[in-house]
Amino acid sequence: MEALVASAIGLLTAVGIYMMLRLRTFPVILGLTFLSYAVNLFIFVSGRLTVNAAPIIGRTEPYADPLPQALVLTAIVISFGMTAVLMIMAIGGNLEAGHDRVNMSDTDDDTPEVQS
Amino acid sequence: MSLALIAALPFLGALLPGLMIRAGRDACAAVTGSVTLLALVLLALQAPAVLSGEVVQTRIEWLPALGLNANFFLDGLGLLFAGLILGIGLLIILYARFYLAKSDPMGQFYTYLMLFQGAMVGIVLSDNILLLLIFWELTSLSSFLLIGYWKHLPEGRQGARMALAVTGGGGLCLIAGMLILGGIVGSYDLTVILEQKEVIQASDWYLPALILILLGAFTKSAQFPFHFWLPHAMAAPTPVSAYLHSATMVKAGLFLMARLWPVLAGTPEWFWIVSTAGLVTMVMAAKIALFKDDLKALLAFSTVSHLGLITMLLGFGTKAAATVAVFHIINHATFKAALFMTAGIVDHEAHTRDLRRLGGLRHLMPITFTIALLASLSMAGIPPLNGFLSKELMLEEAAHTVWITPWAMGLLATLGALFSVAYSFRFVAHGFFGPKRDDYPHMPHDPGPGLWGAPALLAGLVVVIGLFPMVSAAWLVDVAASAVTGDAVTVKITHWHGLEAAALWMSLAAIGGGLMALGAYPRLRALWDATPRPEAKLIFDGIIEPLAATCRRLTDGLHNASLSRAVTVAVLAIAGAAAWAFSGGTHLAGDRALLPISPTVLALWVVMVIAALALPFYHRDRVVALVLTGVVGLLIAPLFAFFSAPDLALTQISVEVVTILLMLLALHFLPKATPVESAPARRFGDAAVAGVAGAGIGWLAYAMMTRQPAFEPISHFHLAQSKPGAGGTNAVNTIIVDFRGYDTFGEIIVLGIAALVIYALSETLLRSPSVTRRLATFVPVREDGDRHPMMLVVATRFLLPMAMMVGVYIYLRGHNLPGGGFVAGLVFAIAYLMQYMASGYVWSHARQRYDHHVLIGWGVLIASLAGVGAWAFELPFLTSGFEYVNLWPLEEFELATAAIFDLGVFLCVLGAVLLALASLSRLALRTGEDVNTRAFDIDPSDPVKEAR
Repeated sequence: MEALVASAIGLLTAVGIYMMLRLRTFPVILGLTFLSYAVNLFIFVSGRLTVNAAPIIGRTEPYADPLPQALVLTAIVISFGMTAVLMIMAIGGNLEAGHDRVNMSDTDDDTPEVQS
Repeated sequence: MSLALIAALPFLGALLPGLMIRAGRDACAAVTGSVTLLALVLLALQAPAVLSGEVVQTRIEWLPALGLNANFFLDGLGLLFAGLILGIGLLIILYARFYLAKSDPMGQFYTYLMLFQGAMVGIVLSDNILLLLIFWELTSLSSFLLIGYWKHLPEGRQGARMALAVTGGGGLCLIAGMLILGGIVGSYDLTVILEQKEVIQASDWYLPALILILLGAFTKSAQFPFHFWLPHAMAAPTPVSAYLHSATMVKAGLFLMARLWPVLAGTPEWFWIVSTAGLVTMVMAAKIALFKDDLKALLAFSTVSHLGLITMLLGFGTKAAATVAVFHIINHATFKAALFMTAGIVDHEAHTRDLRRLGGLRHLMPITFTIALLASLSMAGIPPLNGFLSKELMLEEAAHTVWITPWAMGLLATLGALFSVAYSFRFVAHGFFGPKRDDYPHMPHDPGPGLWGAPALLAGLVVVIGLFPMVSAAWLVDVAASAVTGDAVTVKITHWHGLEAAALWMSLAAIGGGLMALGAYPRLRALWDATPRPEAKLIFDGIIEPLAATCRRLTDGLHNASLSRAVTVAVLAIAGAAAWAFSGGTHLAGDRALLPISPTVLALWVVMVIAALALPFYHRDRVVALVLTGVVGLLIAPLFAFFSAPDLALTQISVEVVTILLMLLALHFLPKATPVESAPARRFGDAAVAGVAGAGIGWLAYAMMTRQPAFEPISHFHLAQSKPGAGGTNAVNTIIVDFRGYDTFGEIIVLGIAALVIYALSETLLRSPSVTRRLATFVPVREDGDRHPMMLVVATRFLLPMAMMVGVYIYLRGHNLPGGGFVAGLVFAIAYLMQYMASGYVWSHARQRYDHHVLIGWGVLIASLAGVGAWAFELPFLTSGFEYVNLWPLEEFELATAAIFDLGVFLCVLGAVLLALASLSRLALRTGEDVNTRAFDIDPSDPVKEAR
């Protein structure tokens, strides 16, 4: 089972980074979302994989490690905030500059394209 | 406490001018002045104790583990300097009120001035050398702001930059030197260090520490070869020049040398470095001063020269010389600040400071002339003024000091004094004497008492100290010199030392020579103009500019504004560093027992892999890309649930819904497709980079999961204490709201700020005309005729109370079972978002009673109140308490303060999510789309007015 989870984390990372290397804002943000999935999973599994061991006191032991879970819980919510800020920045860039490229070039001027 | 308060007052006062300027310039100056006055009064209250020989101390432990304590002490030297800083500061505040033009932002000026004042007071009162260093750097920074106060003048900006580069560079050396000094002694407390003379001077590290500390002191006090920044700093407004560059900041270096005199002085190294630097500076700067036409430049070089004089005296290493140095510090502060202020008055009235265009002002400005005359005579060392007293004592010390040969020091000191007489006389003679001219740029008159009051007071001091030194100054010199030398000093200052005193003849030679030099000025000037000499600014620029160019090339080379390249470099660098670190480290064998593969997880895995792999191939259609992302995100939730993390599963599923909604909304304002822009080779390269990173992370995750933790997890504590300590059985929730409540508190604030940033950015976008123009051209394609279908509207209306009840339930049970404020906030948010989706933004927003901002604010406020509430029980911030309550007919239930905190989390999450999405919706209002005002498009209850 560990191999499955580890390969999933690796795959999510790879897809995330590939998408972050694209040249437009939207795929880059999707890539960052994938990377957050991977990072959240990675931190979560640092408590090691356990089945039927939710850290609710009173159930039969053993309990899963609650600390990585608590860390990841807030991380999930914060990554929503981050994605939202990036989205409004991407929208702003597109509306101001007329395109949604992520790389600046020397010839970067206001060259509007087809928007939607 | 009182000493810390004296140092803190100017910093607190720095906040006031910006506010008070709204009440007018007088109120602003009065408030600023009264803060300084208050600090001065507090200092005066400590003075009797210090004068009777006590050392007043205040000790506040700050970071004791690092030896960084906010310790302050006040001895004679500190009293002298703090008195100068606050006393002259008060006069400068008065002077600046009338000096600054109406167009100058006065509040800003006073704020900078107070920052500087606080930093200076901090330096002279610090007992801890680390604290002293912090204040030292603060003086460099605040003086940068003050020198560059007239931002529109290029000289001001360049002068500020040069001053910062030189004094800041010296400050770095000083940090190193002080750390070495602290390392030798084993303490960072000055009072401890000052008692360890033998240890320090016997240490191998004495010389490096000495050199580094002296570099700091010399740069600050403009000693040769670092003297060049001070004349350039004269681009500052005159009050700044008078305050920083004559009376206080440039004396910080002298203060440091005096402060450390007991432990550093007395060695041959000290004597040679310090007295030589001082001597060279004194003679050279005095000579340059003679040939300067700008009043302020003349005074600047004269200041450098006098600083050199004091440095030289400290360098002699004898107690008598150090005492004279202290006396001259007082005298120089009085006459030089007065002179700067008169130069400012002349500039203010005649609109020029050029000596070649002045002259004859004696008749036009009698008051200013009197002040300037008294102060320059004192600077020249003419009896009976105070400058004469200390100069006589200096010449006497120099005459008895052996430097290379027995007579060289005396001769050079006399030469310096000669130049000093010449430029002092020139200041008066060329500025004020001579015939009245008719070509002043502006007809000068004496200004009002607001401008001449402060210099007049200082000129009065010049006379009083000159006539009655034993009554007016000796007591201060005694305590300060005792503090410098570490021995009780009792000075005897007289005007007449007898015919056998060498100083008498040296003085006479200097005055005679000075008068002759002034008489022969035109010829000397021609000679001076004909001699080539190095221009310090050119040399400085010659060093700085190649450095700056190199840095710029390096930065431009590393960062070419391409995100893709930066990401590639970062990923490869991290992967390389990780591989290198791993190859060199040791690790356990991977022998942890593995879990058997479950069909559920296998099925999830297969779907997730397909969705994730599909993304790179199908991402050009952005809606498809979004769907694939949503699939992967939603599959992670059951994965969490399977591996014993029900809280995470709940959070993931609700956040995923909100995120996808947000992205759908955002896609409205972005192109719907991504064009093909990179060649296959480039994509292959990107895939290789991504593959390396993915393989590395996957392998690292596998390696971690197949090994036991290297250390016992700390969560045993959380599991054991969850019920007895925090009163909840859900260990994840108790960690969030109780054990690590402070983290969560920070996180909800971050989330709130993120939402406010989104709101602010969308507001900015809406204000931009080009954006609104572009938005208006967006006419979305209508794919069907029914934007707000009745079925959806009715269903979401029914669902709203139910969803809210579920949210409340999740919130309430969170402490003991999966759930809590985060998830409840998200559930509420989704319930509201469904209304927005069903009936549109305008219709829903009109029915919303509370602003989203308010929710965020209340959330943070309630969470803080839950934390602060602990103080009422004398417990630390965010300590939670709980109680079991029996309330008939309910079962026994628990009331915990953590629930209040969780309520804050709930509100903040709800507000942040709604604000983020609502901000995007507001953009949509500016598109060409028409807005619905009714709940749904086709309303069967209103058959007449069927919409569209």
